[in-house]
Amino acid sequence: MVTASDYAGLKPAWCPGCGNFGILNALNRALVEMKIEPNQVLLVSGIGQAGKLPHYTRGNVFNSLHGRPVPPAIGARIANPELIVIAVSGDGDAYGEGGNHFLHAARRNHNITYLVHDNQVYGLTKGQASPTSDVGFITKTTPYGAANPINPIALAIVSGASFVARGFAGDIDHLSNLIKKGIAHRGFALIDILQPCVSFNHKNTFQWYRERIYNLEDEKYDPSDRKAALEKALIWGEEIPIGIIYEEDLPVYEDQLPALSDGPLVKQKIDSRRVEKLLAEFM
Amino acid sequence: MPIDFNFMVGGEAGQGVQSVGFLLAKVFARGGYHIFADQDYESRVRGGHNFFRVRVSDDKVDAIAEEVDIMIALNMDSIELHQPDMVTKGIIIFDGEKIKGVSGDNGSLLSIPLEKLAAEKAGDKLMINTVALGAALSLVNYDLNMLNEVLIDRFGKGKVGDSNIAAAKAGYDYVQSEHKGNFRKIKPLSETKRMLLTGNEAISLGAIAAGCKFMAAYPMTPASSIMEYIAAKSKDLDLVMVHAEDEIAAINMAIGAAYAGVRAMTATSGSGLCLMVEGIGLAGITETPIVIIDAQRPGPAVGLPTRTEQGDLQFVLHAHHGDFPRAVLAPATIEDAFWVTVNAFNWAEKYQLPVIILTDQHLASSHATVDSLDLSQVTIDRGMLFSEKEDDPLEYMRHRVTKSGISPRAFPGLGKALVVTDCDEHDEEGHLTEDAGERAAQVQKRLRKLIPLEKEIGTPHRYGPKKAETTLIGWGSTYGAIHEAVDILRREEASVNMLHLNELWPFPAKSVADAVSKARNSYAIENNATGQLARLIKAETGYDISGRILKYDGRPFTPAYIAQAVRKEAR
Repeated sequence: MVTASDYAGLKPAWCPGCGNFGILNALNRALVEMKIEPNQVLLVSGIGQAGKLPHYTRGNVFNSLHGRPVPPAIGARIANPELIVIAVSGDGDAYGEGGNHFLHAARRNHNITYLVHDNQVYGLTKGQASPTSDVGFITKTTPYGAANPINPIALAIVSGASFVARGFAGDIDHLSNLIKKGIAHRGFALIDILQPCVSFNHKNTFQWYRERIYNLEDEKYDPSDRKAALEKALIWGEEIPIGIIYEEDLPVYEDQLPALSDGPLVKQKIDSRRVEKLLAEFM
Repeated sequence: MPIDFNFMVGGEAGQGVQSVGFLLAKVFARGGYHIFADQDYESRVRGGHNFFRVRVSDDKVDAIAEEVDIMIALNMDSIELHQPDMVTKGIIIFDGEKIKGVSGDNGSLLSIPLEKLAAEKAGDKLMINTVALGAALSLVNYDLNMLNEVLIDRFGKGKVGDSNIAAAKAGYDYVQSEHKGNFRKIKPLSETKRMLLTGNEAISLGAIAAGCKFMAAYPMTPASSIMEYIAAKSKDLDLVMVHAEDEIAAINMAIGAAYAGVRAMTATSGSGLCLMVEGIGLAGITETPIVIIDAQRPGPAVGLPTRTEQGDLQFVLHAHHGDFPRAVLAPATIEDAFWVTVNAFNWAEKYQLPVIILTDQHLASSHATVDSLDLSQVTIDRGMLFSEKEDDPLEYMRHRVTKSGISPRAFPGLGKALVVTDCDEHDEEGHLTEDAGERAAQVQKRLRKLIPLEKEIGTPHRYGPKKAETTLIGWGSTYGAIHEAVDILRREEASVNMLHLNELWPFPAKSVADAVSKARNSYAIENNATGQLARLIKAETGYDISGRILKYDGRPFTPAYIAQAVRKEAR
């Protein structure tokens, strides 16, 4: 029996009222409801306030470098596909420093779930603009306003991710459900999470998001339609859709690896004598 | 009379220079000869000028020679550039109907209608290089059947194999009937076939034998053939090779796989390694075992992409910020590359740190015969592993502070233990901390691992008399050329010996100091511009290396080059 106490980690060092608390609660709830034991989970995070999340829950943890949670998550998942691998980033980590890994992980459709705490600002380094800051957002590093933001939802869809969703840190029930679906999905599952930053983003507040978000489940919407998904991905401003924007059953990278058909690599025995037949080829 | 015979195949990229060179090397390796063959090529897919040298010997050879006995010239450049390399009675095979206006000593020029023979006898005028191959072997009266076997192995028994055999026979017969000169005869030596490997193949085999299950890499000359080989064998040997989006991803993927519990590696060259530097430190602080192959090429930046240099030593010793342990190895020969790689995986896991293997284009893409690789000598030591039978998994701490500095490893998901690690400084459990005491304890614990690791480092290789006036010092792929230079100089009665390192970090300061202190003159012989090993020796032992013989034109040393440089210095 898995209970909430199994996921009681260290005391968070986040600011009081931070959107990260909602994400942490939603993740813990999803894992408990899916009856997943902490030792079955691998949380791979990057650097930023989001990167600290794994320490505040329980599981196997690889807290990686800034921008790099996805590559080690991929390596670990291939080494042991029995692990439930969840990568955790902030918007700077995922879409700035780690942008290339994000595109290619989506393209190859690795079987990992990617939670991106998207607060549209840098928190840990104290308030600089991020790749998703709204255009014109004024910070110490963008005194004349931030340039156009990138659109992570659209990028994920066109790059080949097979599950693309947007959640909101202020709606734990909804977010927890999304995380459960992301974990259950086979393939690269991006969940971009609107996460108010109470210290450095005074524009995109809880209130601001609440006034704009609407749930895609409340309308007739088919997330398997890629074109329609791209249209939804472009909606941002007065209205912001949340929920599963795109979901499709697509080939997964691991499936094309013949080595995994003999069980997880990590469980395979080392047998140096197998090299003998290779040596013969050089005679 | 001993056999030490040199072939050269020269031509444009796309003319099959590499293919003919390889077949030449193969046919003599099959006949029991020792081979060393190197490749000199430009960074282009078609055109330019490339050559492939094959040294054939009845004794062990680990270096290339400068002189050429028989050249197959597929273009004019080969003749113009390499005529000075020919021995007095050497012969240049070329197609006088295609390459016009060749001048030089007529006795050494053998024009054969290669294209005409290819078209008439093999039905394909593109087979000129196989005709030339047959002609070259005919000049030394080698066994044509042995070439036929090699051609079938390479091209199969079908039409392509048959045409190649016909082409080779055409060249062979032409020389037998038309060439009146009397040339040296080389017969197969023995029934013992020798393995013919490149440095990259030896490393790949070493990695597989060591149980490496996961590789991630990004293509970069001259390292790419490692990832290609691992990928080609991934199905039969249950390996995974991920062609990553960039070198940063590659090293981080390998680290993730190693954290999860498999032996993992990556391979690149200098500027790819520049991108991987952050991963070296990540492996350092998370104590994740990984093996990184750096097949060096001349830098900085893109440098000379297809050429050789030993310019990365000081870089890999220091790459990354902060203090943490690492090991740096540099195989001396192609055979050594196999064993060094096996060792690298053991050290990486025993001491839970990054191990860097420094090779270079010369070692990576040269071919040499290897007598045998005794797989029963391969040992696998995975280091200290956490046992849930003996210890409580709920108490497991990935970075437990121990006397040796080594904390037993557990793997995520394989037991109840939670494996927590962090690229931030962390406590024993692996959670990030800023506590001064915990920080200091973790730094010390990591550095303590160097103490047992230092004991693993062997004594550097010594050759020649124990005491000599002159000591030639080298590291990595220059072993063969320096070794043979010592032989050349000693035949001239010079008092010379050699000190050579294939394990560079932790640095074997005591044995190096001992050797250097005994020599009146010492020369660092290095394929770089500043004497990077000499600087390391100075830093670690305090001894100055009195002279430096450095080569940084992108080309490898030859024994004759080194001998001549030493003679000049001695004057």
